[in-house]
Amino acid sequence: MKEKRRTLPAGYAEGVRRAAPLAVAVFAFGVAFGLLARAAGFSVVVTLVFSATTFAGSAQFAAVSVLSSGGSLVAAVVAALLLNARYAPIGASVAPWLTGPWWRRLLIGQITVDESWVISNEGGGRFDPRKLVGAGLLLYAAWLVGTAIGVAGGGFLGKPEDLGLDAAFPALFLALLVGQVHDRRALVAALLGGAIALVLVPLTPAGVPIIAASLGCLIGLRRPAPPATPEDDPAAEDGLP
Amino acid sequence: MTEWLLVAIVGLGTVALKGVGPLVLGGRRVPDRLTGVVSLLAPTLLAALIVTNTFATGTALVIDARVAGMAAAVVAIVLRAPILVVIVVAAVAAAVTRALT
Repeated sequence: MKEKRRTLPAGYAEGVRRAAPLAVAVFAFGVAFGLLARAAGFSVVVTLVFSATTFAGSAQFAAVSVLSSGGSLVAAVVAALLLNARYAPIGASVAPWLTGPWWRRLLIGQITVDESWVISNEGGGRFDPRKLVGAGLLLYAAWLVGTAIGVAGGGFLGKPEDLGLDAAFPALFLALLVGQVHDRRALVAALLGGAIALVLVPLTPAGVPIIAASLGCLIGLRRPAPPATPEDDPAAEDGLP
Repeated sequence: MTEWLLVAIVGLGTVALKGVGPLVLGGRRVPDRLTGVVSLLAPTLLAALIVTNTFATGTALVIDARVAGMAAAVVAIVLRAPILVVIVVAAVAAAVTRALT
């Protein structure tokens, strides 16, 4: 298997190729989201705008279900934004590898979701922006098209859960985690992150466990890591929450 | 009306959450110490996502068909299956478990 392809178009293509199986699952969940939003009384336009701007499945599902089960607007907004709070550290982690004008970086940030972030991660804090864009664009298209079909009444797929597609995401994350754990520090960080999340799930609102778990990476402060970037910028930025 | 407010606030909030890192830190080299932290962010967050995606339903910890899917995924990973196979095996195992229970 070829692991390192470095030519320009190949990076994007590699991102698309790696994201393809996930795009199927994302599409199916898009259909499910469209159906749910429609059932909750959302119009076609507002549902599509939601998927186009937010592009985060779990947050969108949470927001619509809070609202449709009689919860307040504030509760729905808080639930959704807590679930998406992980994108602040995730965005910060890819930022050093994004170049170009501000609007381009902003746009790439929007398609940086769990799956595209994971696919573009090359270990040791390195990210391939081309894989990120290739994977992100395919997943974005799958989410939008899925939402559109769902909101138009496409119940033909059956529930994604019946197809086991909800197990596809943690399986991908696990397969990629195995490739990330090269040393003891990474193993400790992963165990810490998993343990924090497990303990906090029943105790805190959804979204908080993931954010709290991300603090596990602070054990990286204890010893200098092998540098992923050759030069050092002494004007220290406080990029992490 | 409520839907539009929800979509506007969550949409803008998410755009900001996703965009702030790339906008502020884009293209800059981060100090080595921070790199050490960021390089551990991936395994840490991945593990947290695995736990929540496998065991969490809202704020409840549940054991359901997803766990069977993950068990199958572990076997596939140990057998060094390609990632696509790992994903398909997990989905099929979860679907079959769900159909049988």
